[in-house]
Amino acid sequence: MSHFFEQAPGYLPILMQGVYLTVLVTIGAFVLATVLGLVWASMRVSGIAPLAFTASTIIIIVRGIPGMVILFYIYFVMPDLGLSLTAVQAAIIGLGIAYSPYMAEVFRSGIEAIDRGQTEAALSIGMGWGLLMRRIILPQAIRVALPPYGSTMIMLLKDSSLASTITVAELSLQGKLLASSTFENTIIFTLVAFIYLAMSLPLTAFNSWLERRLGKSR
Amino acid sequence: MSIIELKNIRKSFGPIEVIHDISFSVKKGEVVCIIGPSGSGKSTLLRCINGLETYQGGEIRVHGDRVDTASKSIRHIRTRVAMVFQRFNLFPHMTALENVAEGPIYVKKEPREKALEHARELLTRVGLAAKADSYPPQLSGGQQQRVAIARALGMQPDAILFDEPTSALDPELVGEVLAVMRSLAAEGMTMVVVTHEMGFAREVADRVLFLDGGVLVEQGPPEEVLSRPQNPRTQDFLRRVLEA
Repeated sequence: MSHFFEQAPGYLPILMQGVYLTVLVTIGAFVLATVLGLVWASMRVSGIAPLAFTASTIIIIVRGIPGMVILFYIYFVMPDLGLSLTAVQAAIIGLGIAYSPYMAEVFRSGIEAIDRGQTEAALSIGMGWGLLMRRIILPQAIRVALPPYGSTMIMLLKDSSLASTITVAELSLQGKLLASSTFENTIIFTLVAFIYLAMSLPLTAFNSWLERRLGKSR
Repeated sequence: MSIIELKNIRKSFGPIEVIHDISFSVKKGEVVCIIGPSGSGKSTLLRCINGLETYQGGEIRVHGDRVDTASKSIRHIRTRVAMVFQRFNLFPHMTALENVAEGPIYVKKEPREKALEHARELLTRVGLAAKADSYPPQLSGGQQQRVAIARALGMQPDAILFDEPTSALDPELVGEVLAVMRSLAAEGMTMVVVTHEMGFAREVADRVLFLDGGVLVEQGPPEEVLSRPQNPRTQDFLRRVLEA
């Protein structure tokens, strides 16, 4: 144990370089997945059959392919098609796409949980689809969707380690490289585990705070 | 002058026709009550008038404009003909005041201050000035329905459709809602009311329509339809309702 506390501080700066990339990939992919998820969910609830069908098909296909394979595709196959990306760009885009179906389902379940009477009341005062969504459905759907949205955010943080498979030296890869050169497996992987945990705690706290804030009027 | 006109309306759910060739019109200031057994198509017919349901045959006109859910004009028609629902359908994330002001501010684009002031007057009118800042879940059913009536009035409609407005209420809360509706009728509001409240129909309606099995069986002044029904189906229905 004392060995751990003697050695650990020396490894932290190198691991923190990995943390930077982990945070970058997580935030980038999270924003992209949220935007894409909103698009897929809007298409599915639009009531326009071709849009709904396209979105369901995309969700089924993307959800059925492992995130790692999507990353390989974007990083190794796309250059053959004339699109070369840096490893970090590929990781953000790939994870953003891979997570978008989960986001879409989180949003859709939130939207569909809202009573049909709300839509009818909004229509009956002359609202169109845009106002209905913005003023009536989404503010209520967000409250329903928030807990699963938060869980998805934490899953994405942990799965950002998949970026290591396409050479992004994020936290897990940085840890692995460090461990294989120092043989201090216990110290380094314990540190890595704690750093991931430490990053997920603020996310959990942020999510509970949001839930409390948005749930106030209920 | 007729505000609402229905001509030969037919409505089907899939292969099943639920409304068979119904025609009637509602004049300005008139109170029309629609009664009939459950499943007779009363609510469906009412919901066709503001385009919450589509209809397959005939024509509905509001102020001469054809009600067509696929047309852009439907939004304008809905601002002219407000609706009060059986289950209130207040927006739970807004206060009573915001519920009433929502349509005027976002649909009719009235200045916020003016809309809120008007909303406050309407809440006073339905006896809920003190509840302006309460959220719907904090209100009783009767209070929620009165807010819903204020919300309908907020659109300054030419007519209000009521879809069984007291059916979801505890018996002791029915009176306060009917009282508000009575005062609206007295002020000359045009109303179409689907109801099981025979007392209300008898007292307030200018005309009562009896629907059974999607057919308009009988219509006329309440003293005729409710007291001296001509059709055996009306007689049978009223006997069962009054016995209960």
